[in-house]
Amino acid sequence: MAKKLGVYICGGCGISDALDVDKLCGVATKEFKVENCKSHPFLCGEEGAKLIAQDIQEGTNTAVIAACSPRAKMDVFNYGPSVYVERVSLREQVAWVHPPKDEDTQMLAEDYLRMGLARAQKAEPPEPFSETIDKTILVVGGGIAGMTSALEAAKAGYNVCLVEKEPSLGGWIAKLRKQYPKHPPYRELEDTGIDACIKELEGNSKIKVFTGAEIEKIEGAPGMYNVSLRQKGAATSLKIGSIVQATGFKPYDPGKLEYLGYGKYKDVITNVQMEEMAQKGKITRPSDGQEVSSVAFIQCAGQRDPAHLAYCSAFCCMTSLKQALYVTGQNPDAQVYIFYKDMRTPGQYEDFYKRVQEEPGVFLAKGDVKGISEEGGKVTVEVYDVLLGENIAVNVDLVVLAAGIVSNSMPEVAPKVEAVTPDGEKKVTEIVSDSGRYATPALHLQYRQGPEIPTLKYGFPDSHFICFPYETRRTGIYAAGCVRQPEDIAASMDDAAGAALKAIQCVEQTARGQAVHPRTWDKSYPSLFMQRCTQCKRCTEECPFGMYNEDDKFNPLPNPTRCRRCGICMGSCPERIISFKDYSVDIISSMLKVIQVPEPDEEKPRVVAFLCENDAYPALDMAGINRITYNPFIRVIPVRCLGSVNIVWIADSLSKGIDGILMIGCKHGDDYQCHFVKGSELASTRMGKVQETLQRLVLESERIRVEEISISEFKKIPQIFDEFMEKIKSVGPNPYKEM
Amino acid sequence: MGNVESINSPNGILVIGGGMSGLTAAIEAAEVGYGVFLVEESPYLGGRVARANKYFPKLCAPYCGLEINFRRIKTNPKIKVFTLAQVENITGKEGDYDVTVKLNPRLVNDNCTACGKCAEVCLVERPNDYNFGLDKTKAAYLTNLMAFPLKYVIDTKVCLGAECAKCVSACQYQAIDLGMSAESLHMKVGSIVLATGWKPYDATRLDNLGYGKYPNVITNVIMERLAAADGPTQGKIVRPSDGKEVKSIAFVQCAGSRDQNHLPYCSGVCCMGSLKQCTYVKDQSPETKVSIFYIDVRALGLLEDFLQRVQGIEGVTLVRGKVAKIEEDPATKNLILQAEDTAAGEKIKESFEMVVLATGMVPNTVEAKIPGNLVYDNYGFVAADAAGVYAAGCVRRPTDVSTSVQDGTRAALKAIQSIVRRGANG
Repeated sequence: MAKKLGVYICGGCGISDALDVDKLCGVATKEFKVENCKSHPFLCGEEGAKLIAQDIQEGTNTAVIAACSPRAKMDVFNYGPSVYVERVSLREQVAWVHPPKDEDTQMLAEDYLRMGLARAQKAEPPEPFSETIDKTILVVGGGIAGMTSALEAAKAGYNVCLVEKEPSLGGWIAKLRKQYPKHPPYRELEDTGIDACIKELEGNSKIKVFTGAEIEKIEGAPGMYNVSLRQKGAATSLKIGSIVQATGFKPYDPGKLEYLGYGKYKDVITNVQMEEMAQKGKITRPSDGQEVSSVAFIQCAGQRDPAHLAYCSAFCCMTSLKQALYVTGQNPDAQVYIFYKDMRTPGQYEDFYKRVQEEPGVFLAKGDVKGISEEGGKVTVEVYDVLLGENIAVNVDLVVLAAGIVSNSMPEVAPKVEAVTPDGEKKVTEIVSDSGRYATPALHLQYRQGPEIPTLKYGFPDSHFICFPYETRRTGIYAAGCVRQPEDIAASMDDAAGAALKAIQCVEQTARGQAVHPRTWDKSYPSLFMQRCTQCKRCTEECPFGMYNEDDKFNPLPNPTRCRRCGICMGSCPERIISFKDYSVDIISSMLKVIQVPEPDEEKPRVVAFLCENDAYPALDMAGINRITYNPFIRVIPVRCLGSVNIVWIADSLSKGIDGILMIGCKHGDDYQCHFVKGSELASTRMGKVQETLQRLVLESERIRVEEISISEFKKIPQIFDEFMEKIKSVGPNPYKEM
Repeated sequence: MGNVESINSPNGILVIGGGMSGLTAAIEAAEVGYGVFLVEESPYLGGRVARANKYFPKLCAPYCGLEINFRRIKTNPKIKVFTLAQVENITGKEGDYDVTVKLNPRLVNDNCTACGKCAEVCLVERPNDYNFGLDKTKAAYLTNLMAFPLKYVIDTKVCLGAECAKCVSACQYQAIDLGMSAESLHMKVGSIVLATGWKPYDATRLDNLGYGKYPNVITNVIMERLAAADGPTQGKIVRPSDGKEVKSIAFVQCAGSRDQNHLPYCSGVCCMGSLKQCTYVKDQSPETKVSIFYIDVRALGLLEDFLQRVQGIEGVTLVRGKVAKIEEDPATKNLILQAEDTAAGEKIKESFEMVVLATGMVPNTVEAKIPGNLVYDNYGFVAADAAGVYAAGCVRRPTDVSTSVQDGTRAALKAIQSIVRRGANG
């Protein structure tokens, strides 16, 4: 469709006090030959909005609105999906932070308008990716989390396929005698309710259960997965929309707990063995089958211990308290000792803790286990009792180790890979946890980046676990239950319901041609101009979400419904062949091209700053709201993610005489804040390489700087600007200016 | 924001509370495709987390995630947000609720551009409740820099009204309407998510700990504001009595929690909160001596790593012992803290320049229960949902941000199921 541009300049909020609006209009009408440029003192008001709406009714399909930040008044300046709106921030980034009626302020505003116009001329409103979508949800794992996800999704009206590798459903919960209290007054043990749950699930016509089944492979992408199953030797294939991974946990290998007597003394068992015994009936000593009259529980057995599990398994304190009641329930005269580091009974569970403290015969002590030995048919546990300040020893019939849990994604040993170094040497290296090839096989995804979801260091899925806990690194696949984090039954059930919602949401968003988290409004998706592809594999390797597959000639095969629309692939591509309709290498290059670069003797250096639009850019807006002034020689371009910055933009900038380039993104590393996980880190690595190239070209590497900032650091961002400009001043003008 | 006339949606979901849980429930349901009315009592969305400086364990800014959530709201026509709105009455049943919402007057309309001229000319000041009264704002104010919706608000309690009206003439956009009065809004919805959150336990009830008596005894929520760059001290952690940087500070855990005389339950997040706040102090002043007095450190699951990290910071000491008493040295305004170090088996009497009470969480459902068949426990937490009404977040149990997000997501599903169950697929 032919572009019909309208340019609308707001004079309000101090813009017309700071700028010569007529002159600004001239940029649009004279330089860009836009016929329609209007200004209004209150563009977001009723009259101003009408002015724009009127033009749109008469055929304007591209509106450049030079007013406040694009983050403000979004609802007012929205004319539906067919009108492309480009916002130029004259308020927060010009009028509020630079001196009024000043030459440099005016030049800044004019450049911003040019950049907005250049962008508006090239960008198109996105058209959604459309494909026939299957909305069936696959749940992998038939424990409490998986069963809950399946039931909850079915109750919302969706078809579900539940796959469990064991011959029957239930998982760990089916092995429990009782569960600790979930209902007020949180004092008495409760039935697990597992039989009713299985019955309900099997009676639900929307749920197809595959027990004794394993996934052989999952091909495709959200909305169009092809899942191959093998059940009792027979192959089945399923059309699936999205996936809940609820593959659970395994107990920590008790064989490693010999230091606590496990394996050495028959009467030292784990909490899992205790539960099995309790479910079968009597709690007895493995050594002689006698009913126990004294039991010691040792908490954090191999937990909170860097030599074993560094983390806490979250429910072992409550489990031991529960098991203590099994013992006293069986024999009211029994003696039970619970030795703990910290008793962790959060929230209302505190009531149950108190209940067990009141139980006659139960003795709880904060202490460190000093030794375990066996003598005269009893196990002796020596403990330094913190409260008493002395060592105590108890002789008991049975010792129960409250051992922890390991995500089923966590491999026994890190898998290795053999690679050939550039010198032709073969080298075996360990695969790191955030690779798709690290986790224990469960999903068998046919993805270029490996068959499983990337994890964090302990094997739990990599995600923004504070704000957006369900988002794994594989779009449309949501983890729930103990495969995701150590959590108890109640928490797993809540978690599983949430994961079911996310899986449902994914198929609905995908059916509408919209992205899932975090750009849920976004209908754009990348298209590739394959004729120019050099099969360099950067896009297929660098996408944090495994969007691309590869054919056998290393051509990238995009799967748009896996895409999060961050543009990291676009940033990675040396051939600049990856584009979104409203965001491309060419669009940003065009913006760079129109920046006016004064002659060196004018002493008005120019810097381009690429800012992450979710964090650095809002921080700059806040600096604006606070009227914090900063250097007017910087031209800011918001980007979807710093990882989407293509090196060619650096080259474009430098070759036209821009003196410096600043990139401000989110923190990376262990506590990364980048919403696209790897974007800011990749940007940093790429720029490191650019700096090397600059040195080779006898250009100062200081001309490029990458900074990390958090959204709340609104005071720091003007400082970064000013400091960088000082540096650029000292480095001197870009020599290419004169060429 | 909302068109009052159109609020009639048997397939719609009402979310009460715009904090982390409610915000999540609203957005997640809307992105499935359901209409949502989000009702929030305060003038802004984000609830308690908006007032936090950082999240544990990543030490990242809450507004980073909120920015995404706000953008999801701005771009989703399925969500209608009502701020300064209180649910007054709910009648009816699942699938057919009649809800009356009181819209309190903002005195500022949608014309507001947040230019700030009204505040510039405003003559009256008010204690800034956003910062727990540690500083002041004008009667016309923006709650915070990142406020969403980005609109000023005028405090009707202190505004001089028509006789002053300086803001009315200062505003070039006719955004101020001092004649605005409370309105009643009626809406029909199919299901309800209750996410009204929590408030800190009233620390003045802890007689022995001196809050309210001694200026340098503060609470954990106040500490968040002191450390925040947009807080009353621009992020400088200083003593309220004299504005000086502190060289020693004590965190008192279970201030009210796990105490039969106050909150018998554990508030779930205060251990992590104090560990996090240790890093605020240490980042600003590495020499400051920090002590945490605790009963049990409850860093569950993967949060254990964060405990290890903070324990490893030089000059941070964890002392196992419940604090019995805090007294002030009137000359220095320092605080003398008495506790029993149960680990060392000795009585402690130690002086600190400032004390932070890790006060617990009280669910807002203690005071404001909604009509219907929800089941509450002894502490006022929602113990069981009712058909059509689903609780999320800290009204169910004391919980952290991540769990609130999960909970909000779960509640969104429950609310959707309620609609689907009645065949009124939205």
